[in-house]
Amino acid sequence: MSELLNDPETQRLQYQTAESQQELRGSSKEIVMTGAPWPDDDLGDTMIINMGPQHPSTHGVLRIMMELDSEEVVRAKAVIGYLHTGMEKTGEELTFVQGCTNVTRMDYASPLSNELVYCLAAEQLLSLEIPERATWIRMMLVELNRITSHLLFQATNGMDLGAVSMMLYGWREREEALRLLEIITGLRMNHNFIRVGGVAADLPDNWQAETLATLDKVAVGVDSYDTLLSGNPIWRERTVGVGTITTEECLAHSITGPVLRSTGFAWDLRKAQPYLAYEDIDFDIIYTDNGDVFDRYQIRLEEIRESIKIVKQCVAKMPKGDYRSQDRKVTPPPRARIDESMEALIHHFKLFTEGFKVPAGETYAQVESPRGEIGCYMVSDGGAKPVRMHIRGPSFYNLQAMGPMVKNALVADAVAIVSSIDPIMGEVDR
Amino acid sequence: MTDAVREEDHEPETPLEVPSDAVAAALCERFAGSTFFESLGQAVVYIDKAHQAEVAKYLRDEERFTMLIDICAVDHVADAVRHCAPGVTQERFELVTQYLSHARNRRIRTIAQISDSDTTAPSITAVFPGANFSERETFDLFGIEFEGHPDHSRILLPDDWEGHPLRKDYAPARVPVTFKGDPSPR
Repeated sequence: MSELLNDPETQRLQYQTAESQQELRGSSKEIVMTGAPWPDDDLGDTMIINMGPQHPSTHGVLRIMMELDSEEVVRAKAVIGYLHTGMEKTGEELTFVQGCTNVTRMDYASPLSNELVYCLAAEQLLSLEIPERATWIRMMLVELNRITSHLLFQATNGMDLGAVSMMLYGWREREEALRLLEIITGLRMNHNFIRVGGVAADLPDNWQAETLATLDKVAVGVDSYDTLLSGNPIWRERTVGVGTITTEECLAHSITGPVLRSTGFAWDLRKAQPYLAYEDIDFDIIYTDNGDVFDRYQIRLEEIRESIKIVKQCVAKMPKGDYRSQDRKVTPPPRARIDESMEALIHHFKLFTEGFKVPAGETYAQVESPRGEIGCYMVSDGGAKPVRMHIRGPSFYNLQAMGPMVKNALVADAVAIVSSIDPIMGEVDR
Repeated sequence: MTDAVREEDHEPETPLEVPSDAVAAALCERFAGSTFFESLGQAVVYIDKAHQAEVAKYLRDEERFTMLIDICAVDHVADAVRHCAPGVTQERFELVTQYLSHARNRRIRTIAQISDSDTTAPSITAVFPGANFSERETFDLFGIEFEGHPDHSRILLPDDWEGHPLRKDYAPARVPVTFKGDPSPR
């Protein structure tokens, strides 16, 4: 019996049988797609290896189990949860005033999108109108954040594929953009700047000149990445036709953002279901047709250029007025009033200790973050803290695309593929 | 008796809300026990949890809802004021599923009530494979079991974790940190 099993011909047959069995159960691709547990039947000379959770190209602590047939990936499964810190549970313990400090730490590469979606959900429950200037400040900041996030992608994606100098170039321009965010919000990251009712502060003096100067630097940087990478034969060899995915697979797996747009499906919430003031802005949805790693790189590169266009329009059209709602229910009194009025002091104290009450209800708000649709499902029972605050993280869902993408790819390409999804583990694990 | 009770006695019976929404109306007609409710301008249909998978299939195949957006649960056990559509039998948990139709550029949300004694629900992974991670997450954090899920296991917490942290009766506390695959017993 053992002789029979050791016979290479039998092994080959077993391998084929296992494969045809999988075809009977649906294609093996489908198993990867649905993330089914490893089937008991052995596929022959395959080997299961772990990539991560500590690996420079897993963007944090992502662990990927890969079944390899020599250099080829037969199946892959993402194992997550290494960065789980119970932020949704924390969100239930924080008032609506404090909540932004929590959500901003989820997707740490685009914190302002998280703050925005949290505030939009809370404002829907409150039926609160936001002043026009606050809306435009929010829109400008979110677009600046999209620029920094995509620059981070350019840097890490370059490094993952061996273009190490790209890491430094991407970081250089990102630092410029972060400096601008620091001038406006006071912090480089985790801003806690978008608050329920508006934004935390008005734009600083001379913000127009600072913004335009930064945008010029970023635009020069983006052009140089384009020159460095887009036509580079080595870069194209590593990315074109690698990790392809179709629109159907994307829709089936709830994949949004640049990954979906790279398959020729022009879906962007900023255009399809406009929020803030995107209707008044002239910009294009960037999409390509091939659904490979190169397309996802190119989409993000072009999206930086579109975001520069949007921010320039924000600078030109920024309306005057209040930067936060004058509804005293959610907005603390001005600082100067506290010095002269006891009531204002009490009001301020109450708002920051007890928070404000939000009518009972449930709602879902969504925005287009740099990674795709980020949503916030919020339930209130009429108190000052949400009963449930759930964030639909785009990276969490997009990570499911890894299965179909790495199927039959080389191990070295698996690194490129994971990088091209651009997952942020803080948001995946929350 | 107090005035409040008397007022309640005289309150006219609320007429059954006729869904102004075509998809919701079709859903309510097709699946018995469904209730339409408009929550802050968003279409919500309260469904029987037994219909969860069929509703997903119906929305995908006949109403062109191309994408599952999200699945999550809510524990209502400690609510001061419970928000729910009138006429729906309230249970402890709610299973909330969001769908998006790209073709019609609209969304719909279904909410299924799940009792404390029977925390199972049909999985919709056969209809939308993208439900895989979110159903595992809901199981992990709320203990709602999805029947027919291809990989029914914890996703965010270690496999040997006890309890389901997003339940309201799970007190946040200091716990020893161990990771998946760590052999040490807790």
